[in-house]
Amino acid sequence: MKLRAGAVALGVRNRAVLVVLGMLVAWLVLAVFAIGTGDFQLSPGGVLRTLAGDGSRAEYLIVVEQRLPRLLVATMVGAALGISGAVFQSLTRNPLGSPDIIGFTAGSATGGIVVILVFGGGQLPTALGSVISGALTAVAIYLLCGKDGLGGYRMVLLGVGLGVVLTGLNSYLLTRVMVEDAAQAVTWLVGNLAGRGWESVGPLAVVLVLLTPVFLVHSPGLRLLESGEQVAAGLGVAVTRVRLVLVLSSVALVAVAVAAAGPIAFVALAAPQLARRMTASPGPNLFPAAVTGALLVVLADFLGQRLLSSSLLPVGVVTGALGGIYLAWLLLMERAKNKV
Amino acid sequence: MVETAVREPTRVRSNSVVVLGALISLCVVALMSIVVGSNQLPLDAVWHALFHYDGSYTDAVVRDARLPRTILGICVGLALGLAGALLQGATRNPVADPGLLGVNYGAAVAIVFAGVLFGVQAPTALIWFSFCGALGGTVLVYLLGGSASPVRLILAGVAVQATFVGLNQAMQVIDTNSLDKMRYWLVGSLANRDVPALAPLLPFLIIGVVLAITAARGLNAIALGDDTARGLGATPGATRLRALLAVGLLCGTATAAAGPIAFVGLMIPHLVRMLVGQDHRWVLPLSALLGPVLVLGCDVLGRVLGSPGELQVGIMTEILGGLVFLFLVRRLWGVRR
Repeated sequence: MKLRAGAVALGVRNRAVLVVLGMLVAWLVLAVFAIGTGDFQLSPGGVLRTLAGDGSRAEYLIVVEQRLPRLLVATMVGAALGISGAVFQSLTRNPLGSPDIIGFTAGSATGGIVVILVFGGGQLPTALGSVISGALTAVAIYLLCGKDGLGGYRMVLLGVGLGVVLTGLNSYLLTRVMVEDAAQAVTWLVGNLAGRGWESVGPLAVVLVLLTPVFLVHSPGLRLLESGEQVAAGLGVAVTRVRLVLVLSSVALVAVAVAAAGPIAFVALAAPQLARRMTASPGPNLFPAAVTGALLVVLADFLGQRLLSSSLLPVGVVTGALGGIYLAWLLLMERAKNKV
Repeated sequence: MVETAVREPTRVRSNSVVVLGALISLCVVALMSIVVGSNQLPLDAVWHALFHYDGSYTDAVVRDARLPRTILGICVGLALGLAGALLQGATRNPVADPGLLGVNYGAAVAIVFAGVLFGVQAPTALIWFSFCGALGGTVLVYLLGGSASPVRLILAGVAVQATFVGLNQAMQVIDTNSLDKMRYWLVGSLANRDVPALAPLLPFLIIGVVLAITAARGLNAIALGDDTARGLGATPGATRLRALLAVGLLCGTATAAAGPIAFVGLMIPHLVRMLVGQDHRWVLPLSALLGPVLVLGCDVLGRVLGSPGELQVGIMTEILGGLVFLFLVRRLWGVRR
């Protein structure tokens, strides 16, 4: 009996490892293609050669100065959104409890819009604005949840309410300015990676590197929390503290991701779910979610640039359209399950 | 049995007082909506314009700007208040609101697509697009969310809304022209609407109201739970269908006429139930009376707070209603846990 359980666990773990490896390979292939295509075409071999330092000056400029940073930003934004989505879904024990749905993304967006509209934008101020307002939104939700603490449906509903108010505020702000400013704000609001250079890579990388150990340390606690607060507390998890730390770190991840690329829709919602289904293993699946998120954003950005020949679609538009369909499917599946 | 027989007349009497109070407050707010503005009018000038119209400047202000705006506010408020009461009754969901259910952005998407894909610009034609969009949004949310649990319906609304917002933004990024139009349309407002052009929507409003009123008894049965309702000889499925059709019609007209105005349908039924209890034969008509009070009140308040310009009524209800929503969720879900 014991042996068999061990074998099953090994099988599950092997599958998770294989899935993650497969996605990493897919990411690499996609990355080489994404860097190689565009107005200036490069063969995959040419891309690798340039990255190794053997390209011409023009190739170096295109690859290292323009396309590589964009790819890295896409990857890290996707990973950040994937992790934070996994944490929130795990904490709320609800596949729909992701930052997009519960208002953090809208909150970060408000700050960004205010900065763009009032102070004229700029990448660093916009980033700061969205980080600050994202944090404020989190504090607001925390205070609203009050003594019952974070987690569960109540937090989801409170977040939805706050998100609606903030979305209304965002629409209002857009009516108060010139159309050029509004266009700039909307381009950011939809989630956009165009023109992201090395200066966006730095902050993302720093935050990801700093926070990864936090998630690693707390991931077992998170996994126990999934089986209920009492169970987790009984097994020695400091429920309140673990929750608070995880929520704050995930909000920080969302905020830097939004700061770098705008609120890209649905990645935080879809990545953890897809990861969980592919690995077929229980628990929050933080690492697979991160890889899935990265793959999704890179793929969506690639598609956005290639799908229509007439115009470049921002990455958020692609994820929005794909995510909407996915979400509808998710709701229908849940409904079918409830009926059984 | 004896007890209810004794109680019933007092209930009717106290409820009649509430209805009377609602009517009076509606009249007061309507009058304020005509009087208050960047150009303050004395009461006798308003009286003159309404009953002894002679074409002077103030008469023209009242007849051509303030009065149509007030009538629009009354119709929109009536539709939204009624829709909220219906939705909360039919889904047995205390936090249901048309604004949370993808209605607004359904209409928005329809309008943007009308402009970008079909080149439709005329306001008279856009009304129909927004009407169909709102109706479509409601149906889609209901199909996805079902009525099994309150949270599911809200989440289905959020999901559909998020998708619509994405589509919308895609269009706005591709076409700056449509952005310029949409950013104003997306904030619900009673200002600068061509009210006579909205007249063709009136039949839909009336059908919606009739459907709503006839659903009252059925909703009372649903409130007891579907099984009990069936045991009492009611047909919950049919009632629900009728109520949701009414919601679609009412919200469709309101959104087509004034743009998205959220949360009126959330706040009003709660207030009404506090005043007259759970009987839908009272709740529905009173919601229809108090909805306009809230919409016009917010409109007037927006004019006062935002002067010399104005804060759109959609912003006012969104802020006010958002706070009410948060309060309700805190209270209701606190008790249930």
